[in-house]
Parts: sequence; C-alpha cells; structure tokens
Amino acid sequence: MKTFPIGGIHPSDNKQWSKDRPIEVMELPDQVAIPMIQHIGAPSTPIVKKGDKVLTGQLIGQAVGFVSANIHSPISGTVTSVDVYPNGQGQRRMMVVIKREGDEWMEDIDRTPDIKRDCKLTPAEIIAKVKDAGIVGLGGAQFPTHVKLSVPDGQKAEILIINGVECEPYLTSDYRNMLERGEMILVGVEILMRAISVQRAVIGIEANKPAAVELLKALITKGGYKGIEVQTLQTRYPQGGEKQLIAAVTGRQIAPPPALPISVGAVVCNVSTTIAVYEAVQKNKPLIERVVTVTGKELKETHNFLMRFGIPASHLLERAGGLPEGDVKLLNGGPMMGRAVVDITAPIIKGCSGITVISGKDTPRGVEGACIKCAKCVSACPMGLEPYLLSKLARLQKWDMAEEHNTVDCIECGCCSYTCPSNLPLLDYIRIGKQTVMTNIRARAAANNKK
Amino acid sequence: MNELLLTVLTLSLLGALLAVILYIVAKRFHVDEDPRIDEVEKMLPGANCGGCGFAGCRAMSEALVTRDNISSLFCPVAGGEVMKSIAGYLGKSAAEKSPMVATMRCGGSCDKRPKVNHYDGALSCAVVNTFYVGESACAFGCIGYGDCVHACQFGALHVNPETGLVEVDPDKCTACGACVKACPKGLFELRKKWPKNRAIYVACRSKNRGSVVMKACKAGCIGCGKCEKVCPFGAITIDSYLAYIDPKKCKLCRKCVNECPTGAIHIVNMERLAREPKPAAPKVEAPKRESNVEPKADTANKE
Amino acid sequence: MATRLFAAPSPHIHGGESTRRIMGDVVLALIPALAVSAYVLGWRALMITAVAIASCVLFEFLIQRFLLKGRTTIGDLSAVVTGMLLAFNLPVGIPWWIVIIGALVAIGIGKMTFGGLGCNPFNPALTGRIFLLIAYPVQMTDWTTGVPAAVQSPTMFDSMSGATSMDAMSGATALPMVKENPELAGNVNFGDMLFGQMNGSMGEICALALILGGIYLLWRKVITWHIPVAVLGTMAIFAACVGLGEGGSLVYELPIFHLLAGGALLGAFFMATDYSTSPMTHKGMIIYGVGIGVITMVIRLWGAYPEGMSFAIFIMNAATPLINKYCKPKRFGTK
Repeated sequence: MKTFPIGGIHPSDNKQWSKDRPIEVMELPDQVAIPMIQHIGAPSTPIVKKGDKVLTGQLIGQAVGFVSANIHSPISGTVTSVDVYPNGQGQRRMMVVIKREGDEWMEDIDRTPDIKRDCKLTPAEIIAKVKDAGIVGLGGAQFPTHVKLSVPDGQKAEILIINGVECEPYLTSDYRNMLERGEMILVGVEILMRAISVQRAVIGIEANKPAAVELLKALITKGGYKGIEVQTLQTRYPQGGEKQLIAAVTGRQIAPPPALPISVGAVVCNVSTTIAVYEAVQKNKPLIERVVTVTGKELKETHNFLMRFGIPASHLLERAGGLPEGDVKLLNGGPMMGRAVVDITAPIIKGCSGITVISGKDTPRGVEGACIKCAKCVSACPMGLEPYLLSKLARLQKWDMAEEHNTVDCIECGCCSYTCPSNLPLLDYIRIGKQTVMTNIRARAAANNKK
Repeated sequence: MNELLLTVLTLSLLGALLAVILYIVAKRFHVDEDPRIDEVEKMLPGANCGGCGFAGCRAMSEALVTRDNISSLFCPVAGGEVMKSIAGYLGKSAAEKSPMVATMRCGGSCDKRPKVNHYDGALSCAVVNTFYVGESACAFGCIGYGDCVHACQFGALHVNPETGLVEVDPDKCTACGACVKACPKGLFELRKKWPKNRAIYVACRSKNRGSVVMKACKAGCIGCGKCEKVCPFGAITIDSYLAYIDPKKCKLCRKCVNECPTGAIHIVNMERLAREPKPAAPKVEAPKRESNVEPKADTANKE
Repeated sequence: MATRLFAAPSPHIHGGESTRRIMGDVVLALIPALAVSAYVLGWRALMITAVAIASCVLFEFLIQRFLLKGRTTIGDLSAVVTGMLLAFNLPVGIPWWIVIIGALVAIGIGKMTFGGLGCNPFNPALTGRIFLLIAYPVQMTDWTTGVPAAVQSPTMFDSMSGATSMDAMSGATALPMVKENPELAGNVNFGDMLFGQMNGSMGEICALALILGGIYLLWRKVITWHIPVAVLGTMAIFAACVGLGEGGSLVYELPIFHLLAGGALLGAFFMATDYSTSPMTHKGMIIYGVGIGVITMVIRLWGAYPEGMSFAIFIMNAATPLINKYCKPKRFGTK
C-alpha cells in the first residue's frame, strides 16, 4: 500500500466517537459574526455597514488582492455591527455581525438538491466562479482555492489529487462528506479537472476508511466518471499534508521551499473543498456552510453538523451536552494541528473542520525532561529534519544556524513533539525559529530588491 | 652517553627550527591594527550586550576608531561620561545622550487582570505569542514568562511572582535595549532617566476601546483623555484609546496621576499630589497599585 | 468541579513514550542475562549487581541534590541502567568496594560532569568499566574468585591437553585463552557459549539471554536494528576475511566465535546503542556500528588486550558528534 517516504507516526485515530454520526443540518442561528479574515492572505474589506439588510449568500467582504477570498453572508437579516471582536485565540479581528430574519437567499442560487453533472464552462470561467464564491482550502490551511487552480504560465498540471485522507485524529467531517455526498465530490472532481486541464485525478483515502473507498469506487463505476481513481493509502500521520500526499500518490517529492506543488505537476484539493467547488460552479452557491465535527471522549454527544459559518463554538458545544468538567482543552481542528480555543463565543469559520474536546488527564502536557538524544524525533520527522536540533537552536536564538538546518521546511505537523519521550515542546520552539527565519529571509530579499 | 647527547641535540634543533617557523609565520601573517582600538575597547564596559547595535564591544571600538563622525555611536551601558572620554581620547566629538532606563508598560497584575485560561505550552512569551493572546483577555499585556528576563544581561529584570509582571531595577538597567527587542508585545520603552530614579508613565499598551479594556483588566488605560486635558505641558497624547506621556515634555508635575480613573499612570519614587477635595460624589476608583510606590494618597489627603 | 480551559500550541496529544519507560524496557531486557548469571555464578552475581545499581542511583541522587542543587531525576531509571550495565561488565569475584568506585566514576565523571542524562559524550557504564580495567587490572581479569567450583574449570574446552599451560590459564575467558593458545581453539564448545557455560564478565556468560534481550528491545522499538547489525555484521565479515587470508583453519578466525565470545553481544545490543552517545541518523548509526566492529576486531586479533569491545565503543562515542555533523537525515524533496 502506498504512503509517503520518510517519517510519520501512528497516533490512535479516535474517530470511533463521531464517524457513524450522519451529517445533521444545524438549525439556523439567531445571530452570526463573520470575520473578514478566514483565509491566508490579506483580510477582506467589509462592504456592508450597520443597518444594511443582507440576503443569504450575499457578498459582504470583498477580497483584497490576489491571495485573498470573498466572504458571503451565511444568513439573511440585518447587519448590527461591523467592528473588531475576539476570535478563538482572543485576537481581535474585524467582523460583521448579522442578526437573522428568516432565511431569504440570493435569487441566482440554485437550492435544489439534485446533482447537476454537465459543465461546459471554460477553465477561466470555472476559476472565476470559484474566486467569486470565496472558496478556500477547507482542510484547515484556508488557502484560497482559485490561486491553487491558477496554474502559472510555463507550468503544466498533470494530475489532480483529491485529499480524502483526513489523517488528523478525531475528525470525521471529510469522511462523512465522502459517505453522504460522494456524488457531489465526483462532479466536483470533474469540474476541477476541467479547470486545470488534466485527464487524471486520484482520490487518496487512508486504509482506515474502507467504507468511503468502496462507496466512491462504486459511484465512479456507476456514474462512468473517466480518469478518476480511488487510491487507498496506508494509515499514517501526516499523510494529509500536501507534500506528503503528493509523494504518497505520485512518488514525486516537491523540492524544498519555495517550490510549489505545481512544480511536480500536481494540484491538491480537499474533498470538502471539492464539494464547495461543485456547489459554486453548478449551483452558484458561495461558500457559506460546511460540515463540522464536534467530538471528544468525554462529550455527552458527538455530531457531524452541516452548519453555516459564524455560529459560535459555544453553540456547538451546547448541542454536544456542554464542556466536561475539570481540565479541558478545546481545539479548532484536530489534536495534532488544531489551535487551542480560549474564547468559546468565537465564531466557526471556513477552515474549521471540527471542534475537538480533549479532557481529563489527556489535557495537560507531561513534565519536561532532558533531551536523551534518542533520535525518535529525527525518525518521525516527515520532512527529514532534525527537530531536536532546530528546537535547541531556536531556544538559543541561533537563527542563522536554524536556517542552515532548513527550519523553513518544517510543516508544523507535530510528529516530533508527539514522539518525544522527554515531553519536550520541540515544535513550540521550532515554530518560533521558522517564523523568525522566514522574516529574516523576506527582509534580506527586500533589501536585495532595493539594491 | 651518546644517546643522551643525541636526544638533547635533536630536541634543541627541533626547538630552534620551530621557533624560526613561528617567527616567520608571525611576521608574514601579521595584521596591522590601530592600537587605539584596543585602548578604546578597554574603556568600553566589555558587556558585549549589543546595545550599541554592533556585535560586541570590539566591533564598536573599531567603528569608533575608524569612523570620522562618531556622533551616531553611543554605548548606553557606559553612558555619556565614558563616551566623552573616549571621544576626547580619539579627538572626536561624542554624542550627547541623556541617560535612559527601560520601562515595562503593563500594570495588569494577577488581581487586576484575571486569568481566563491556563497556558500549558513551552514557558516562553514568544511561544505564547505564536498562537494566541495569553492567559488573560488582554491582547496587549505582559505574558509573564520572562523572555525579557532571559535577554537581560545585567540582571535588571525579574518577574514578580505576586503580580505576575516583570519589574525593572533602574540601578542595574543600562538601557541596552535587549528587553525592547525580546518582548513580543512591545511593552518596553527606553525612557528618560530622571534623578533619583523617578519616573512617570502610562502602564498600559492596550489600543482597545475603553469598554473592552475594562472587561479584560481593571488597571488599563481606557483612553478617556482626562490626563491629556489636565497636562499643562502638552506632554500627553491619546492615540487609539491609549495615552502616552512624552518624557521629553513631561516635567513630573503629576497632575495626570490623580485624574486617571483606572490608575494606569504609574509614578515611581514620587508621591502623589494631594487631591483637592471634590464636592461631587466620590468616583469609583480602582485602588492604586504600583510596584515601587507606597499608596500614600490617603495620608496626603488628610494633611 | 469547574471547567478549566487549557491552551497550548499544537500538538495536543502525546504518544505516551517516556524516558522512564524506555529505561525500564532496557532493564527488563537485561533481566534474562542477570538471571542466567545468578543461576550459573550464584547469589554473588545478584549482590554485585545490586551494589552497582544502588551506588549509581545514590551517587546520581547525591550529586544532583547537593552538588548541583537541582531537581533529582533518579526516577527516570537511567542510573539503574548504568548500574546494571556496569555490573554486567565486571567479573563476579570483584570486591564490592571496587564496584562502588566504578559507580562513582560512571555517574560522577561519565555522566554528571557533562550535564547529566543526554549530555554525556561517553557511555557512563563503559567509562566506569574502562577506568576499573586500567586501575585494577588484576581484580578485573580474575575470573575465578567467587565462581562456583563446578563452573570454574571452563567446560567449553572439552579435552584439556598440556596440564601445565592450563594451570596457568585456569579461569581465563575464551578470548585470551584462544588468543594465547591457538592450538586449543579446536576444542571450543559453541553450545556452552550460547547457553551460559563460558567464563567472563557477569553479563557475558550467556549469549542466548543477551540475544533475547536485544530482540525484546528491537520489538519495543527502544533500539533500531542499525547499530547491532552493523557491529556484529562487521565483526563477522572482518573475522571471515582474516580467516580466509590465513587459511581459515583456526577458530580464532571463525566469525561465530567472535560474535559469541566476550562482550560482543552485550556491547552491540546494550552499550553501543546508548542514545546520547550514538549518532542520530540511521546512516550515522551504520557508520558508527561499522567503526565499532572494525576497531573491536583489530584489538582482538592484533592488539594487546584480548577484548576490544569497550574500547571500540568508547572510541566511536568520541566520533559521534562528528558523525552527527556529516550524516544528516535526507531532506524531503532532495535527491
């Protein structure tokens, strides 16, 4: 079975709590708060003001620049405020707050549930629609999808890889999407193949999701989808990392930064993103909702919700029976790469594939010991780095040496900290090193440009 | 006997040969260096703190000797006197700079700024800053894991376990600026050092609206502007709901201190002005809490 | 109980691996060898091991508590492992006070001087052993004192010819015996070497028990195969080549003899694989292992000492930083 070449870990996937919960449509909230930054790149500009009436699907945030994404109203109602409010990490971000009145949609959105398969649009038209719909990578990275699909001049895409790996423990939103909205994914794949003009697409799914593999294979045969295949991959974290997935599926490794996936002819798209693309292109529906998993060992109930953006995390937790007592860590995303949430009133945004609750004795980190040079982090690193060294260099603020040891290659997957027998916060420091080195590199480039 | 002689001879010859080689190498690779660099380096404090902007004292003394105009060079650790004597030695004119001291501008101690979550990662402010605002609801306040303390070479900083805030020892502080660079929240400022280590500053960096500040911290600046109005020297400006006292204009009159409703203006080694009894109902005022000042306002009122 | 919200950077889960568990596994892996030596050599083997462990733990505790005035980390069991390995490298008849000196050198000089766990450039137990070997050469090579009579005359030599020379040799281990009397070599009984009837340091007497422990460590993923395979493979190939060159008639050139005799297995599985003194990458581990194999065989075949394992590991420990510098893991995306 295929997998990526180096490193990786096998955390227990803990998907059992939510993987058999069908997608439920979350009731509409009374009020939503929509941050103007839900993507990588420049924040969007709010184009509504207090008192404005908005419809579901109406543009409320205009993308600024190329790497940026539009933002649409997920409900219909009145804008009550355009101001800064704290996000899940307590950082204050510009948000548009909308009070709901009914559920009135923009007229051009097709809300019928039937699958619309044929698409005669040109690649440029598809990309324009994706851009208008404000679609970003829903796997968590929130990178604007239209940027990914715009293959630069002189380069050619050869293969489309659909990321159905969901290697992150706990989360099941992609899995439920594959089981329940498989047809939409396949049409979405066809559209994406058209957009980047490739004849071959591979849906990569890990071996711990055999039901999804079989279902999609059956759908492909039934619907006669040409050029789309399903590839079962060995279960191993971080298979869902873009570079790891491309290496697993094609055997080709992307050169170190700043090389992009297109340099090996691949474009990668998440399954949930593919559904969003389908809806945007065939149904004119902008990105206003997604499937979010609410899971945790000690939660009373777990769910997979299809929900509009802007609903506070506290609302989801209420549906799950509230936060358990004692020590709790609330995560936006899964336990390996998710961000800790400290303000539970913060809204759910595009990149949130799940709310994971870690509780009890799993919550606090273990006591830090001395590095015993066991080299487990070196074996676990999927990028072929030396985490123990990079962490030490960042701690000592030896930025030049950290750069020499390729700290910018780090994908922040967390395998190093996960394996460390001394509970060292390896990634915590490597992240600082990486950020500082990247800042230094940019500063140098800027200085060179001036000359 | 023969062996002894041979040994002695061989070793002596070897010694002589090596001496000649060493001499030739030393001559050939000799680097001509201005002897004044060594002299200047001796005059500098030798802390190698980088406060001057150079890699160390050696680099600084090279710059002092080689550059014609040294008015832009200043060693904050040595201070004006030493710089003057160095300039005198080199026959150049020195930069005039008044002494400075690092000031930590956050007054959000544990009791004023409640913790809303429990941080459990690596104990470093920079790490905290990579992903969220910190344990309190204030996005601007002191994180309290002491990156600045580690950066300070002079032992002038420490975290007060009671308040959870970093405190500066003005006698040890050399104003090298290491803490300014180390603090991810930008809380440190090198401010004018008044005689007797007196100081006055706004102990808050929150640019949030007053209502937001009040929710997160009882000791924050809410940008009410009362201090700005009362200042007779125009030393106080308000920008994004945050007051700033310009040390160049401030004359330590302390009128602003009594006006501040939250006690965000801290005074060090000075007493508050006697408050004129006001006919209006007493305002809700947070009790003063400065690290270096005894709250003597009440006694002052009675006098 | 109220809800307390935690926050930390990712990752938020941990694999559950801990230093104590790793060290515990090593201790467990050493138990079979200890059991065999206790069975063959009697209660004294247990006593020496106990003295070594107790003094290592005690010295670590005392140094950390009173000299360094820091947190004590004896709970991580690393001192127990050091003590056990040290004992395994000593003859059973060694006076107890020498064991304590060895422990002091191992922990005090070998480990704590360099900053404690993870910072020591040389394997602490080996440091102790080599110190004792040089300081107390007589006691360290006395293979008869305290050994039960039944085992004392080595049974691996089935028929003893030339009584006079054998008297002088009584109680010698296989390696020096064969080294000095190559003509005896034909009489080596490999079965006894495997099952624990050979003379030697306490931990070396039963090859099978050591192999069992090594397999356990491999299974538990405490060690990887790279170092043991490189060490033993190099020794075997080296011996075979030398044997071929000289006609291959002497047992001293038989690869299997070298793998079973002396400290080869103990060294390859337990001493050379010590984390902080071995390289970080698999490539580096192989270079390191090959180095150990070659140096061991050179010392065994042509050196002054009959056994070279400890010196070989010691020398390669010194080369580890250099190996780490030049053997980097393969960076993703590079050829």
